[in-house]
Amino acid sequence: MLFVLSAMLIVLIPGCNSTEKGGALSGDIAERVYVAPGELDEFYAFISGGYSGQLSIYGLPSGRLFRVVPVFSVDAEKAYGFNEETKPMLETSFGTIPWDDAHHPDLSQTDGVVDGRWCFINANNTPRIARVSLSTFETEEIIEIPNSAGNHSSSFVTENTEYVVAGTRFSVPYPQRDMPIDEYKGNFKGAVTFIKVDDEGHMNIEFQIMMPGFNYDLAHPGRGASHGWMFFSTYNTEEASSLLEVNASQNDKDFIAAINWKKAEEYMAAGKFTEVETDYRHNVWDESTQMTTSNQVKTVRILDPAELPGLVYFLPTPKSPHGCDVDPSGEYIIGSGKLAASITAHSFSKMLEAIEGEKFDGDAYGIPIINYDDVVAGSVEQAGLGPLHTEFDGKGYGYTTFFISSEVVKWEIGTWEVIDRAPTYYSVGHLMIPGGNSREPFGKYVVAMNKITKDRYLPTGPELTHSAQLYDISGDKMELLLDFPTIGEPHYAAGAPADLIMPNSMKFYRLEDNNHPYSIKSDAEARVERDGSEVHIYMSTIRSHFTPDNIEGIMVGDKVYFHITNLEQDYDVPHGVSMIGANTSELLIMPGQTETFVWEPKRVGVWPFYCTDFCSALHQEMQGYVRVSPEGSSVPLSWSLDGEKMGGE
Amino acid sequence: MIVGALLLLSLFVFPMWKITLKAPQYPEPIGMEIWINKIADHNENDLKNINLMNHYVGMKPIPEKIPEFRYFPGIVIGATVLGLIAGFIGNRKFYMVWLIIVAILGILGMYDFYLWEYDYGHNLDPTAAIKIPGQGYQPPLIGSKDILNFTAVSTPMIGTYLLMGGMLLAVLAFFRARGE
Repeated sequence: MLFVLSAMLIVLIPGCNSTEKGGALSGDIAERVYVAPGELDEFYAFISGGYSGQLSIYGLPSGRLFRVVPVFSVDAEKAYGFNEETKPMLETSFGTIPWDDAHHPDLSQTDGVVDGRWCFINANNTPRIARVSLSTFETEEIIEIPNSAGNHSSSFVTENTEYVVAGTRFSVPYPQRDMPIDEYKGNFKGAVTFIKVDDEGHMNIEFQIMMPGFNYDLAHPGRGASHGWMFFSTYNTEEASSLLEVNASQNDKDFIAAINWKKAEEYMAAGKFTEVETDYRHNVWDESTQMTTSNQVKTVRILDPAELPGLVYFLPTPKSPHGCDVDPSGEYIIGSGKLAASITAHSFSKMLEAIEGEKFDGDAYGIPIINYDDVVAGSVEQAGLGPLHTEFDGKGYGYTTFFISSEVVKWEIGTWEVIDRAPTYYSVGHLMIPGGNSREPFGKYVVAMNKITKDRYLPTGPELTHSAQLYDISGDKMELLLDFPTIGEPHYAAGAPADLIMPNSMKFYRLEDNNHPYSIKSDAEARVERDGSEVHIYMSTIRSHFTPDNIEGIMVGDKVYFHITNLEQDYDVPHGVSMIGANTSELLIMPGQTETFVWEPKRVGVWPFYCTDFCSALHQEMQGYVRVSPEGSSVPLSWSLDGEKMGGE
Repeated sequence: MIVGALLLLSLFVFPMWKITLKAPQYPEPIGMEIWINKIADHNENDLKNINLMNHYVGMKPIPEKIPEFRYFPGIVIGATVLGLIAGFIGNRKFYMVWLIIVAILGILGMYDFYLWEYDYGHNLDPTAAIKIPGQGYQPPLIGSKDILNFTAVSTPMIGTYLLMGGMLLAVLAFFRARGE
């Protein structure tokens, strides 16, 4: 009897695993995602952290996490938002905000091809766009978006990174004012913002187009022939302000807004804009001084599409479209009506003909609506339920996620035939093919990002990890290779070949280029200076000591700035520092870098500080003391330098 | 002969010797290059990082200047001039004399190098953090040697090869002159 039972178990268990879990367990598949110790991954994946506010960096195909870049949320580990150098990065017109919801990373492009310079990402809640350097892998710039709310159809870049765009998900009164919510219609506006990016990556708001009060959901640029256009999906063309799940789902078709930004440039050059007062912050980190400055900007230039013919057209698109994706050739604009069962493909060349022939079906707030039949190229019928987002493999196929039916569907551009479908576990949002929203995708893998994981991992209480799933798309059939957990809620991702990014990754900051106002270049320059109740400590770190490491003459009530320069000039030798009782985070200082934390001693005594990064064999010896005397004490300011006591009188 | 003598001047253009240190933490070895008139980084910041490693066991920092750098260039120029004179005179006896002089100078140079290495490896700061009884830190004169977690590799570089090439040409000149 026991024998029979165990025999049944043996038969049942593997059978159960392979059918229900997709069978991604064969030795062959394991080898395809196995990156052996010491070997490197083939691709970088930049995956948004959603409500973590950060950007995480993974390797593909291994799914290994390398680094979380702090962008919109403070990060005590890296002192981001805690040290004096990065605090201004989180300044907004609403004051300092320690968190945001980071959505759509997009990589800079040149000639429509991913170029590996920067990754842009948007903050959804308090509208901002950040630029992360792919050399330092740090957030180097954040620009706030005025007149916007729920910065969702962002931060997509044009073919030569001329612009990064930011579209508002929530329309709001324009100008903002105290008014009844039920007077939404006609009074609320949706700002679409074009941010100019210069050769150094610096961003500036060039203009805003004040669109009708719809919800602007996602966007993608034209490429090739359609370069010069930007396409935004919209929903809530009903302009409902309450119970949107029903009230914004009534129209059979919403719109994709086609914006001719080359035309906008002409109108700007012709002075057809209105300059209006506003208030937003533009925060920039300077690599030379290693400091961030937060600048207040007081005006923005607005274009009114109702007054400016040829600037914007609406393409009717079924059922509250979410994804708005352009194929590598630039001819097809794919709208994914999230309440639909099919995917709609608009034709750019048909759109131009329809505009030429004025084949319009009325207008919305003065913006022409093109006849659906005169712009649609085809649709992928009965593809699944709830299409969200499409990327391309560069071999003639699109890959679309279906949230409701939890699957990725491969279909052919032109014939609009479904080729293959693969289940996801579960409720997939966006997907990513490295370079999959460019002219030249690297169509080897697709990563699907799932909202729900339920039984896929060891449980961790009520809150579970979101996941990413890696599929091999090099053959006719998609093959699920790997399932890996992610940080926060990954909404969107971008990827690039390792060869493109790796050579530019910085190894350390050059000490001779460090122009931080409180940097020192050698131990000999270490010192302590008092200015009233403000004390500035110019401190250095090098294996394995702080200079100075003994400081006396500090008093209760002082405001003590520790300016610490890491004098190392070697790869991968950071030093950390932390001070007992300091109401801030540690510092983690890269070689050649200077960072500052503030300590306001509250108690008399002798208080230690130490290195928090296991830097060397004598890391544990890397420590020091500060003597804190009562307020008004006559203990002179002194510090240790190479075994000698300096200062003192 | 003249070409052989002139090849000595390559010592001003190329390094003579290098010592590299490889360790698990340094998959890309750090190293120093020895020139006729200076000690230089093999890769950027290497000397600084070697000194950082060495200070744990009490080794002295590698100096930027040593007395030898003052008179070595003069010796090389002198030897070159002698070689040129020998070449112009065209006397094979002079060639041999020159060869012997250069060879002796080379050997003395190596001996001097050995003395420096010995001093670095043995003359340690008594307050060093890491003290391992019986452990020597003298790098090899030539070849490879394991020192704690590092493998030190000492090898001639292009300057030395060109010097040897110059000497070889002098030998050839010596034999050709005999044939005439």
